[in-house]
This record gives sequence, structure tokens and C-alpha cells, in this order.
Amino acid sequence: MKHKPILRYTANERTNHWLVAILFFMAALSGLALFHPALFWLSHLFGGGPWTRILHPFMGVLMFVLFLGLVLRFWRANFITATDRQWLRRVDRVIRNEEEGVPPVGKYNAGQKLLFWTLLACMLVLLVSGVVIWRAYFSAYFGIDTIRLATLLHALAGFVLVLSIIVHIYAGIWIKGSVSAMLHGWVSRAWARKHHALWYREVTRDERPDTHKGAKP
Amino acid sequence: MASQDIIARSATTTLPPSVRQQEQVAKLIDTTKCIGCKACQVACSEWNELRDEVGHNHGTYDNPQDLSAESWTLMRFTEHETADGNLEWLIRKDGCMHCADPGCLKACPSPGAIIKHANGIVDFNQDHCIGCGYCITGCPFNIPRISQKDHKAYKCTLCSDRVAVGLEPACVKTCPTGAIVFGSKTDMQEHAAERIVDLKSRGFEHAGLYDPDGVGGTHVMYVLHHADTPRVYAGLPDNPVISPLVGLWKGVSKPLALLAMGAAVLAGFFHYVRIGPQRVEEEDDEHPDTSVHQVDPSVHVYDPGKPTAPGEQRP
Repeated sequence: MKHKPILRYTANERTNHWLVAILFFMAALSGLALFHPALFWLSHLFGGGPWTRILHPFMGVLMFVLFLGLVLRFWRANFITATDRQWLRRVDRVIRNEEEGVPPVGKYNAGQKLLFWTLLACMLVLLVSGVVIWRAYFSAYFGIDTIRLATLLHALAGFVLVLSIIVHIYAGIWIKGSVSAMLHGWVSRAWARKHHALWYREVTRDERPDTHKGAKP
Repeated sequence: MASQDIIARSATTTLPPSVRQQEQVAKLIDTTKCIGCKACQVACSEWNELRDEVGHNHGTYDNPQDLSAESWTLMRFTEHETADGNLEWLIRKDGCMHCADPGCLKACPSPGAIIKHANGIVDFNQDHCIGCGYCITGCPFNIPRISQKDHKAYKCTLCSDRVAVGLEPACVKTCPTGAIVFGSKTDMQEHAAERIVDLKSRGFEHAGLYDPDGVGGTHVMYVLHHADTPRVYAGLPDNPVISPLVGLWKGVSKPLALLAMGAAVLAGFFHYVRIGPQRVEEEDDEHPDTSVHQVDPSVHVYDPGKPTAPGEQRP
């Protein structure tokens, strides 16, 4: 039984994650098209400038709604604890692939937790400011100063979101086994023990060495 | 106008054509001569083939109530009480000011949707307009309007089509009192200076020319009786500037943000190259572990106190 993998993400969690990811790419590419002239060519991916302008807010709202699904699934696992602060102090060792002195982590390490809350904050700012600058339906209800501030905040939050996702994607490439955890759901016991020792202990607590009970995620 | 006369273009980071020098034009609107007849509004609709919806009377002379995608110019009427108790009827023809430093052009994300001609005219190219409304966000004078029919932005063109063939704008052509004049910017400044001398001699000591520096000067200028307080003319901004929020949004911060995103991708790539991925080695699996009892296949342990699970695979 010691080789039996552990289910880290259920099919619903995986589906939810990848729907958000697809919508993020669409919203981000269309947003970047309007972000700077150097990237305006990205608008051709969406059928030209006007279509980019029409589609972007709808994709953004849908991304937010689906992201709420991820928040409801994972927010409890993302509370920051005292060990997380310790982990963050040792983050330089984590980055160098050194493990000594890095405290064991639960389902998520402090970096993942910070990413979670950063994404949530960005999405909230993007939603609220996005509604304010949505000319076709809502801008008429807001004053020009509000619209200007919202435009600035929208660009800023979009920038932070894209930057966070670059870090998120690279972390997936760097930590082997995490992409497949999100693709088919399973991680090896060694992977769980190495990267999420406390979570590993938690999900294997009920197991007895002589039984073949299915592991819990 | 010829394409070589386009000296600024929205969402374009390279230099526009700049070989041709052209005289700067300007429209001068003398609020002290205006009688509020609205002939300019009609001429604008006629020449530009615009027919706005007939609205409702809201108890003022302003008609229509506001600029729209089909009303590019509008007389704004103000009943102004002076310090000595006199009532003045101030009438200002509102419309695009054709800034030398246009906030709309700075804010526009679509290449070539807003252009500035060498003679100073700022023009919208609706064919390239994507309808995002950023021009409204950028404008310090609250001028552009998005049409609810086609979701394109519209505003006064300073009759660039007429000016290109040597004609004056339609509103200038029609004005019965000569309150609107058109010509080179220097000629208009001279003309305004004469008017201001005249107005000062008639007791308007604060008469002056409105050609605000905050937007680099404008190609539509006003002669005002109260140039010290432009705001009394239905909210004409005292010191119009492109909002610092727009400056921050469209200024140096975006190239820096792009750089940061590119740097993040590169940092990831070189982290992978220099430090490398985190792999879980297979032998890790064989290490003793606090939570799971490890059974060495070569050692058979029999614990009499422990029942054997049915179907258990003995190594």
C-alpha cells in the first residue's frame, strides 16, 4: 500500500480550476491587448478591437464567478498560521531547493496561501473597477473621477494578477508532480511527504499499514 | 487631409510623420459677441449630416441638454450674478477644444483611432474606434460621446474635411454676429488681443483669452469677459490638465509593468536553468516514515496480537 497514490484534487476541483485557468487566459490576453500598444495585436485573437472590447468584460465576470467556486472549495486550507511566517522567513532556502530548516507545511505552503489571497484581492478589484468602466452598461452611473480611478486600479490589479499567475505557472513547472496533481488529481506518497508533510500525515492518519483503505484527499 | 499631415496617432509608440510643417489653425469663439441663436448648432448638424433626437425642454435655453454622438456642439447658457449685483447672461458654445496635448489621444488604446493633424486638429477615426470610451476618461473637457447605436466615439472634427480644402468650419461660416472666427492660431490670438483691449475699455477688466497651458494650448479658444473665473461659463475648467490618474495610467507605468512581466518570465526560466526543478526521487519512497509501518520484504514478522487482514498480500 505504500505506493498507492493520494488523491489531491477531485474531478470537480480540477474542472473548476481549469475553467478558471482558460477564462483567465482569455481575459488576460484580451486585457493585455488594451493594456499597451505593443500588445494590441492580441486583439486579433478575439476578432479585432471591437470584439475584444465587447468580450473582455464578459470573460472577466465569468472568470470571477468560477473563481468564487475555487474560493469556496479552498479558503479554509489557506488560513495563514504562525508556521507560515516561519516558512516565509526561510523562503530563500525554498527557492534554492534546500530543505533544511524549512518547516513542514500542510495542504498549502505560505507562498501558495499568499497567492490565493492575492488572486482573490485582484479579482475583487478587477470586478468592481471593471463594472465602473464597462461603458456599454454601467459607466453612465459613475462620475468621471470614479471612472478614472477605476481605470487605473483595473490596470494595476490586472498587472498584479498576471504577475501572480506567471509565478503560479512557474511554480507548477518547477515543482514536478504538481501539474499532474491538477491534471489527473493524484500525487505520489513521496511527493506529498516531501512537499506537504503535515497534509500527508493528516490524510494518511486513518490508514493502517495492513489495510487497503482508499486514501482521502 | 493627407496622411503625411498626421503628426500624432493614438496607441502608437514610434514617431509619426514629421517632415511637413503646417500652420497651426484655431477657432476663436468670442463669448462677448454671442447672442445664443444656435445657428452654429444647426450648421454643425447640417454639414455633418447629424440629426439628434428631439429632446425635451428642461426649463433652460440649453437645447439639447448635453453633447451627444449626434450633437457635437452646444450653446450653454448661464445666468451669472456679478459682485455688484448685475445679472449677466453668459453663453458659451461648447465642443471639442482640440488640445495641443489631447487627453483623448493619450488614453486611446486603439492604434490610429485618434489622430492629430499638423494644423492642430484632433480627429476621431471611427473606423478604428473600438468603443471602449477611454477617450472620455482622458478628456479634461468632458467632450467625446459614445453612440448607443454603433458604440463608436464622436466629437467635433473642427470640420477637418472643410479645413482641408481651404474652407472655414460650418459653425464659423454661419455665425451671424462674427462671434466665431477661424484662421491661423497667431492671427486668432491677435484678433483676440484687440477684442480684449476693447472689452477692458468697456469695463470688463478681467477680459481675456482662454488658451489653457495645462493642455499645451487649444485650437479652439474663447474670449471671455471673466477670464479670471472660466468656471462661471457653465463649468469651463479653470486649469484644465490631463488628470494625474490618467497620466499615471497611461504614462511610464505601463512600459514598466510590461518589463516586470517579461522579467518575471525570464526569472522563472533562469531559475530553472540555474537551480533546476524540484523532483521527488523515487527512493524517497523507501525511506522510513513516521506514519506508515514499513515492512522489509526479507523479514517476516509475525505479531500474534494482531489479526491478519483477509486477503492481505504477504511479501
